[in-house]
Amino acid sequence: MFTQLRTAALVLMALTVLTGGVYPLVVTAIAQLAFPRQANGSLIQQGDQITGSELIGQPFSRPEYFWGRLSATGPHPYNAAASSGSNFGPLHPGFKEAAEARILALHSAGSSGKVVPVDLVTASGSGLDPHISPAAAEFQVPRIAVARKMSEGAVRELVSQHTEGRQLGILGEPRVNVLRLNLALDQPQGN
Amino acid sequence: MTSNGFVQLAVYLGVLLACVKPLGFYMARVYSGSGTFLDRFIGPLERLLYRLCGIEKSAEMTWRQYSVAILTFSLLSFLAVYVLQRTQVWLPLNPESLPAVSPDSSFNTAVSFTTNTNWQGYGGETTMSYLTQMLALTVQNFVSAAAGMAVLVTLIRGFTRHSTETIGNFWVDLVRGTLYILLPISLLFAVALVSQGVVQTFNSYHEVAFLEPTVDAEGQAVTRQSIAVGPAASQIAIKQLGTNGGGFFNVNSAHPLENPTPLSNFLQLLAILLIPAALCYTFGEMVSDRRQGWAVLAAMLVIFVPLLVATTITEQSGNPILTRLGVDQSASDSQPGGNMEGKESRFGIVNSSLWAVATTAASNGSVNSMHDSFTPLSGLVPMWLMQLGEVIFGGVGSGLYGLLMFAIVAVFLSGLMVGRTPEYLGKKIGAFEMKMAALAILFPCAMVLVGTAVAVVSASGRATIFNPGPHGFSEVLYAFSSAGNNNGSAFAGLGANTPFYNGLLGLAMLVGRFWVMLPVLAIAGSLAAKKTVPAGPGTLPTHTPLFVVLLVAVVIVVGALSFFPALALGPIVEHLLLANQE
Repeated sequence: MFTQLRTAALVLMALTVLTGGVYPLVVTAIAQLAFPRQANGSLIQQGDQITGSELIGQPFSRPEYFWGRLSATGPHPYNAAASSGSNFGPLHPGFKEAAEARILALHSAGSSGKVVPVDLVTASGSGLDPHISPAAAEFQVPRIAVARKMSEGAVRELVSQHTEGRQLGILGEPRVNVLRLNLALDQPQGN
Repeated sequence: MTSNGFVQLAVYLGVLLACVKPLGFYMARVYSGSGTFLDRFIGPLERLLYRLCGIEKSAEMTWRQYSVAILTFSLLSFLAVYVLQRTQVWLPLNPESLPAVSPDSSFNTAVSFTTNTNWQGYGGETTMSYLTQMLALTVQNFVSAAAGMAVLVTLIRGFTRHSTETIGNFWVDLVRGTLYILLPISLLFAVALVSQGVVQTFNSYHEVAFLEPTVDAEGQAVTRQSIAVGPAASQIAIKQLGTNGGGFFNVNSAHPLENPTPLSNFLQLLAILLIPAALCYTFGEMVSDRRQGWAVLAAMLVIFVPLLVATTITEQSGNPILTRLGVDQSASDSQPGGNMEGKESRFGIVNSSLWAVATTAASNGSVNSMHDSFTPLSGLVPMWLMQLGEVIFGGVGSGLYGLLMFAIVAVFLSGLMVGRTPEYLGKKIGAFEMKMAALAILFPCAMVLVGTAVAVVSASGRATIFNPGPHGFSEVLYAFSSAGNNNGSAFAGLGANTPFYNGLLGLAMLVGRFWVMLPVLAIAGSLAAKKTVPAGPGTLPTHTPLFVVLLVAVVIVVGALSFFPALALGPIVEHLLLANQE
């Protein structure tokens, strides 16, 4: 019994050094050498300013910006230090209220009477979703064009530049990076 | 469901099944002690470890010694994880100066990670220092998985050996499983995940300015965002491979820095079922009859595939409440449609449903969408898959040894029908094996149901339920199904970080792990001591479609009879209420 205890302690220590120390350090070394941008959070650099991470969404509510998914993080939306979903069940009253409030906000910001794509009225799992669907972006194009005094075609052009298709042509869903798109809208337009 | 949806499911299953044979064959070589192509690199490290720890490689253990070794190792692991959480505030690699974790939460998490459950009552980025994530949690991700595989291997040895008291050496099985299987594959996956954008750094959290300031719940302006990072990729690789499932961040693999792209999602999904599926082949290889391995894998797929398709279709049909608000929930090439609450845009419905089914079929428990927000019937499927005892793929090692318990029951039942002594793989199944198999199957069932009942009749159990109505009951039932079967996923609305749930769910995890593991070891010891009997004309062949059907029937009947009454009170009532909204 005592020898078992001693062996157990030694094995645990040895495997702790190996799998809890050496292994993460080796992965970190490889990551920082081979993929430094990804390993550090895929940050967006503009000049010497970091304007966010292309993988972490930000909240938008002004008419001149594209809006992303609803975010259920607390105490403020898109809190990237405390990820969280809404955990609303399909019958939770808060679920319906949040969707109704979003639809109202979209309409009063000047979106037309078309049916709203579902991803614009539902909270993402992480509360940090950086993407919306191409349909959700298209829904907002007329509003952005009016607010920014741009042609719808010019806005659509920017949307398509920031749309990613399915990865390897098969995997996942087509999506638009909201923060990247809004940063591009703020850049002086060439046309 | 679009045609692309079916293609994604088919590609996943195809790649998974293609990996079964090569990996299964390799693992059989590792556990039978024959050479592998990695010996040249890992062999010296392995021998160094044995020398440092005073392990005699050829020393064999009886099932009792083997059990004592596992229990001792698990107890020390528990203490290490507990102490590291309680003292992290004074230890290095804590750039966010996170405080010591509370005693009840530390207890729960220590039990959770040493039992390969990885139930999380806490949020990673707000609770655990980088040192705790590495030295406490990542380590247990490896060793609890390796321990599960070791116990499976003893059961296989019970079938292949005869007239002997011993079933192997736990330390050797543990070390070889970690060094030859888990570490090298984790390294590959971790680097691949970083390439997709999973973070791996020791820096503190990034502070960035919002492009458009927002307001918090009190109406105060918020102009900056703090972005949590950390050494995540190394932990996420083993979290998936070892069917652990504990997230680095609170929302697990729904977090964009834990699972950034559809490809990272595919790799993690593959890692979830990779080893459990391949171990079926290892089993066949080690009992010198590969058909036996394919038969158990077929039984798993017979349950897995229909539930997968059903969940995806239900989830794609969306929420009737949104339909009435005029929301477009149809799937097309420009939007995923369906029930997107709690789901990420890059994964959509198909990958979220596939993940939910895979992670609960395996006892993995990581999530890439919030199961609490699933429509009632597609929330029922993950719950029921856990309640089946985590035997459809299940945990690494633990899933297959759990299914072999059902196989023992199945041969026993068929033996009763024709009035012959049941045999499985050349061993007569006697009263002792049946008693142990029944214990292993029934105790976790009882723990789930009794735990749920205790929680819903006590005030402290009801106090932290989040969703009203039957869905609130589902949250509790899901929690005990998850803990009692060592899964670890949650209907996360339930506030489980309370002394009540930390304690009771901790107990459920201990029952789910050791009340299955110890009877399995006892059976392994008992089988190893028996003589091998040659198959006769009255022996039921256990590699045929007939046996697959029999095995599936036993699993489903036990799972259905035990849990349908409870499921009727939760998701089924909720489904009827929701259908009424149309």
